[in-house]
Amino acid sequence: MDTDRLIRTLAADNGHRARPVGYALMLALLAAAPVSLLMFFAELGVRPDVMIAIHNPFFDLKFAVTLALAISAIAVSLHLSRPEVSLRGFGWLLLAPVGILTAGIGGEMMMPQRLPMMTRMIGKNSWICMTAIPVLSLPILAGALIGLRHGAPARPAVAGAVAGLLSAGLAATLYASHCTDDSPLFVATWYTLATALVTAVGALAGSKLLKW
Amino acid sequence: MRERDDEWTGLMRSAIAGDSAAYHRLLKAVTPVLRAAARRGLTRAGQPVDQSEDIVQDILLAVHLKRHTWDVSAPFAPWLFAIARNKLIDALRRRGRRIFVDIDDFAETIAGEAPAETASASEVAAQLQTLPARQRDVLQSIAVDSASVKDTAAKFSMSEGAVRVALHRGLTSLTAKLRER
Repeated sequence: MDTDRLIRTLAADNGHRARPVGYALMLALLAAAPVSLLMFFAELGVRPDVMIAIHNPFFDLKFAVTLALAISAIAVSLHLSRPEVSLRGFGWLLLAPVGILTAGIGGEMMMPQRLPMMTRMIGKNSWICMTAIPVLSLPILAGALIGLRHGAPARPAVAGAVAGLLSAGLAATLYASHCTDDSPLFVATWYTLATALVTAVGALAGSKLLKW
Repeated sequence: MRERDDEWTGLMRSAIAGDSAAYHRLLKAVTPVLRAAARRGLTRAGQPVDQSEDIVQDILLAVHLKRHTWDVSAPFAPWLFAIARNKLIDALRRRGRRIFVDIDDFAETIAGEAPAETASASEVAAQLQTLPARQRDVLQSIAVDSASVKDTAAKFSMSEGAVRVALHRGLTSLTAKLRER
């Protein structure tokens, strides 16, 4: 086909307005979240002593970490949906949850503890944690990738990895309300491993699905 | 160079605001630059330059379908060259070569390098035939027979809105097919 004709055709389609990527991502996440919520309440549910647990700062800290991860990853995802940008200048946002968690570990170290460090780190729920976070994150990851397909990331695998972080952050927020292990050492170990797994899946899926 | 970039940015802002004539002018203006860069990339990869027009059309389709990712407060050229670079790398990779494309390939290109006013390519035309009937007919009418949306609507007894929808869907599936090929 003649390029001039293609240009004329594209100009004829100028009236079509695509939604911004942020809007598409929001819709996709809103559609996916109920699936994860349903899975969570059907299989796990909030821990029974939650009303007491909320007075424990280390229980609350888990949400600060997971929400910081989810929010910073959403911001970075939207940033990376533009083709002319890279992680540079924006990637540091992803360090926010790491900073909060490190401060939490420091805080816990300074307090007297009933249990030895290794016991707190290994906890009682490591296996459920390692399973529940990746499983709960799958619907959210699928939604995030569908939403982000409206973007044009320069590196689809990197954008997919950040989508993985985003969905792991949201899934971990749900899971944190079920889990009775509140030590930041437990979070730093098992939540991180689960998040790494989801991030790897996101990178792999992104390298295929986020190409344009 | 600066002036050119400002002009493009202005045209793209008007285009986003709904000015199709500005959009047409912008695409006409960027095409020779894209063509020269595609030729240079092919030459460097040791590929025949006669495929450059397929790459140009690939880039134009991506520009069109991804233009909502351009930030209207940012200059247009860096966004355009990022899209073009991505498509050029894809095209060269598909042809079996791994090659680095320098962003300067685009930035330093001068429009005057383009040898032909317009050129033809085969891949878009070939994929056009594989589209669903309605999308193909509408695209054929507008792109190949140069009919207006209005005339196309009359020809197929469709509403203008339906023609516009078919046109946009056609362009989207065409781009998807070019990517999967």
